[in-house]
Amino acid sequence: MELINDLFAQGVQMMLTLLAAPALVGLVRKVRARLMRRRGPSIFQPYADLFKLARKEALLAHSSSWLFRAAPYVVFAAIWVAAALVPTFASGLMFNWAADILAIVALLATARFALALAGMDVGTAFGGLGASREMMISSLAEPAMLMIVFTIALLAGTTQLSLIAQFMLDQPVGLRVSLGLALIALIIVSVAENGRIPVDNPATHLELTMVHEAMVLEYSGRHLALIEAAAAVKLLLYVSLIMSLFFPVGMAQAGGTPAAMATGMAWWAGKVVLAGALLAFGETAVAKMRLFRVAEFLGGALVLGLLGMILLFVSRSL
Amino acid sequence: MGIAELLLTGLAIMFAIGLWSVFFHAGANRIRATYGAIALACLFLLLPGIGYIIAAPGTVSIVLPLGLPDVGMRLRLDFLSAFFLVVVNLGGAVSSLYAMGYGVHEARPGRVLPFVAAFVAAMNLVILADDAFTFLLAWEMMSLTSWALVMSSREKEAERAGLVYFVMASFSGIMLLFAFGLLAGAGGGYGFEQIRLAPPSGPVATGVLVLVLLGAGSKAGLFPLHVWLPLAHPAAPSHVSALMSAVMTKVAVYGAIRILFDLIGPAMVWWWAIPVLAIAGITTLMGVLYALMQHDLKRLLAYHTVENIGIIFIGLGLAMAFHANGQTAGAALAMGAALLHVFNHSLFKSLLFLGSGAVLHATGERDIDRLGGLIHNMPRTAFFFLVGSAAISALPPLNGFVSEWLTFQSVLASSQLPQMSLKFLIPVTGVMLALAAALAAACFVKAFGVTFLGRPRSDMAGKARETDRFSLVAMGLLATLCLLVGIFPGQAVQALHPVVGFLVGGGLPTEAVTPAVPLSLTPFADGRSSYNGMIIFVFLLVSASFTAWFVHRFASRTTRRTDSWDCGHPEDNPLAQYTAASFSQPIRRVFGANVFSAREQVDMPPPGDNRPARFAVSMDDPAWKYIFTPLSTLVTWVSRRVNVLQQLTIRRYLTLVFFWVVGLLIVVALWN
Repeated sequence: MELINDLFAQGVQMMLTLLAAPALVGLVRKVRARLMRRRGPSIFQPYADLFKLARKEALLAHSSSWLFRAAPYVVFAAIWVAAALVPTFASGLMFNWAADILAIVALLATARFALALAGMDVGTAFGGLGASREMMISSLAEPAMLMIVFTIALLAGTTQLSLIAQFMLDQPVGLRVSLGLALIALIIVSVAENGRIPVDNPATHLELTMVHEAMVLEYSGRHLALIEAAAAVKLLLYVSLIMSLFFPVGMAQAGGTPAAMATGMAWWAGKVVLAGALLAFGETAVAKMRLFRVAEFLGGALVLGLLGMILLFVSRSL
Repeated sequence: MGIAELLLTGLAIMFAIGLWSVFFHAGANRIRATYGAIALACLFLLLPGIGYIIAAPGTVSIVLPLGLPDVGMRLRLDFLSAFFLVVVNLGGAVSSLYAMGYGVHEARPGRVLPFVAAFVAAMNLVILADDAFTFLLAWEMMSLTSWALVMSSREKEAERAGLVYFVMASFSGIMLLFAFGLLAGAGGGYGFEQIRLAPPSGPVATGVLVLVLLGAGSKAGLFPLHVWLPLAHPAAPSHVSALMSAVMTKVAVYGAIRILFDLIGPAMVWWWAIPVLAIAGITTLMGVLYALMQHDLKRLLAYHTVENIGIIFIGLGLAMAFHANGQTAGAALAMGAALLHVFNHSLFKSLLFLGSGAVLHATGERDIDRLGGLIHNMPRTAFFFLVGSAAISALPPLNGFVSEWLTFQSVLASSQLPQMSLKFLIPVTGVMLALAAALAAACFVKAFGVTFLGRPRSDMAGKARETDRFSLVAMGLLATLCLLVGIFPGQAVQALHPVVGFLVGGGLPTEAVTPAVPLSLTPFADGRSSYNGMIIFVFLLVSASFTAWFVHRFASRTTRRTDSWDCGHPEDNPLAQYTAASFSQPIRRVFGANVFSAREQVDMPPPGDNRPARFAVSMDDPAWKYIFTPLSTLVTWVSRRVNVLQQLTIRRYLTLVFFWVVGLLIVVALWN
């Protein structure tokens, strides 16, 4: 019985992340539009876009291989699995034990690896350009992410996300310099990893400034729908990650009552909406930076993460 | 037949094959049979290794009536040598299987076959040696045979590679000779048993550490002594490159572990971890940065060996820090991470080198900027190479991720160490490891993407054909092993448990050996971190196939082949695709400007001028620029000066000898 309950809760979380993700994208677009004094499309427009794309035929270039067709599924599956491992409304879900946050970072790397290869598959200049820039950005963002993970893991004494969230809930960690550094760094990394302004512009169609969009330029139909859906899930994943690491308020525990789960869900929804609004606000406030400024931006995140970690290493046993 | 007999039979067969093939090597069938025999002989040595780890029958010692008069030739099988026997002979067997197809095309089999057998035998002998004399003899034999293999090609480049390798191999041998001299002490006990009884301590032990880092480190490829590796490994035939890169470097790691953990063992001091970690961290990062700048497929792979050796030494350095501080659980974790990475790297690096051999044979090209689109004509090779690329980039659910995960966990566990300097150094090493992991993924997107994806950049690449069956089976075997270790990480760590226990005097906590959740990897006693490769693998498989089914069932399944879109300006010329150099341009700008002082020169003619525009990138190799070139200039300068001594008259020679003897006598007099 307990197993069924656990499986059910895990299933709910997986479907929830999948179903809520496009709404978050829609929300960010809506808030941005409002901030720019436009009316903007409905919050639910991304769903309509996904349905439209999924029903269209998929175009394949003559020079594309099986990898081009397989990559969207790999990307989607890896990001979806990673999202299933991040606690959203409840901690200690069944599969949380299968992998820790290092594995989640690595799963996202798997998705990126597949997508970058797909970008190079057709053999166009833009695909290569996107893949090359994406890998440069990730080569700085991923270590920064790991440093943040280390900082938090050192504090909580574990790399298991559920346990970290529980630790943050139970213990009054208070305001710590390391945590503050890690939060700033994590926000920078999230912005970069999701290709948001100021690192990349998801709405751009000016070729030379594209990163992510250049990589998926050749995709169409259901393949593009999957990639867009995966990108939305990834954004939601990062929001949930920040929330469960730094603000796990209201999170339910494994095996909790349905009421507790519902409260957890309400809290989570509120936090996601808030984060989406903040993201939109941030995106309208700054301009996109030049590609090689991104390296300095992310290098800053890396150094912040390292500082946080060294502070913790040194403050032990002192 | 007991273990000892099996081992000796294997070694004897291997040497016999070597001798036999000196005389009989012509003809495809003979070559095939010879490689088959080498693979079989490897099994003779592989099975005792596996059997020993499983059954743990206690140390097996063999004394052969060869070698030095008093010492004899002593061989010994314990957990450490059993583990490395598995690594060496698995690599040996698979690359021989591959060579049953690939080696047939060898232009001069007589220059390759005898040395391959002797090379594998010598590596086995290094691992089994139980006295310094046998160890050094086998070590030098390993160097010489692999040198001969590097020189087997007629290419100009092989000559330079051979020269650099010869110098570095001699250097490594001399350093280890001195190291054993210090270990044996004044009494001259060259048997490992005698050294274990009276290990050196204090400055002598430190001297051994330095000599081992120089001797074994130069063989393994620690920065900046790695310079021979990217020259020599690619120059050899591909199955030999796999052996050298995936296996021989591990034999050097074995040498370091044997001397530092087993022979010196108790005399280990905590601060030894500082130089080891610092060098290992720099090696890891520099290895991958060098690799990113390459467009020669095999050289790129050789530089990745440098990176992975760095990762292994990070594990060893952490194990030293824990071990010297008496934190057995941490030492076991770090040592387990290092050993598992030894095994994993031997798998995926063999796989990648064998794949690059298949590409080389099919196209005659090692320069990836002239390849492309091979996935269409060589689908199986491409798939196996992709598995290897994902594994070396530490992507789950493959094996590379497991050992990097363990290394990261031991970095985290090291916040418990009491020394302040380690507290600063280890996070920095962690950053280097994290950077290297991310950059490795970028590098393999480049390597795989430019070689196998896109459109062919040359005629040869367009006309490539899939490689032969033997090669495919060998690569398939390695790819399967990569996946198996990745989805059964718990089992892999359990198998290493006795080896780790032998080295650091205590194994992993019971949770790691018998986890609460089956197939899970739980390296800490309180079960605070775990990874379950199987669940991740199944989870990925299920959600990918579910998505595919769902989309095809409910959305659309039609596809149409068209021209590429490319923002409306498709360019027919395949040379307009991204190349290795253009792919790494952003990373070169970010990292290369400082590390390699990379410079880009753009020569853009003014309008109306008809000469072509030119773009050139130039880079300096810091290891050559700051260390080896000045060193070789110095050596040349000194030898010029000393050259005068060769043309003296007999009278002057006598005078010289006279003053030399007087000088020495004065030194001896002052000494006493």
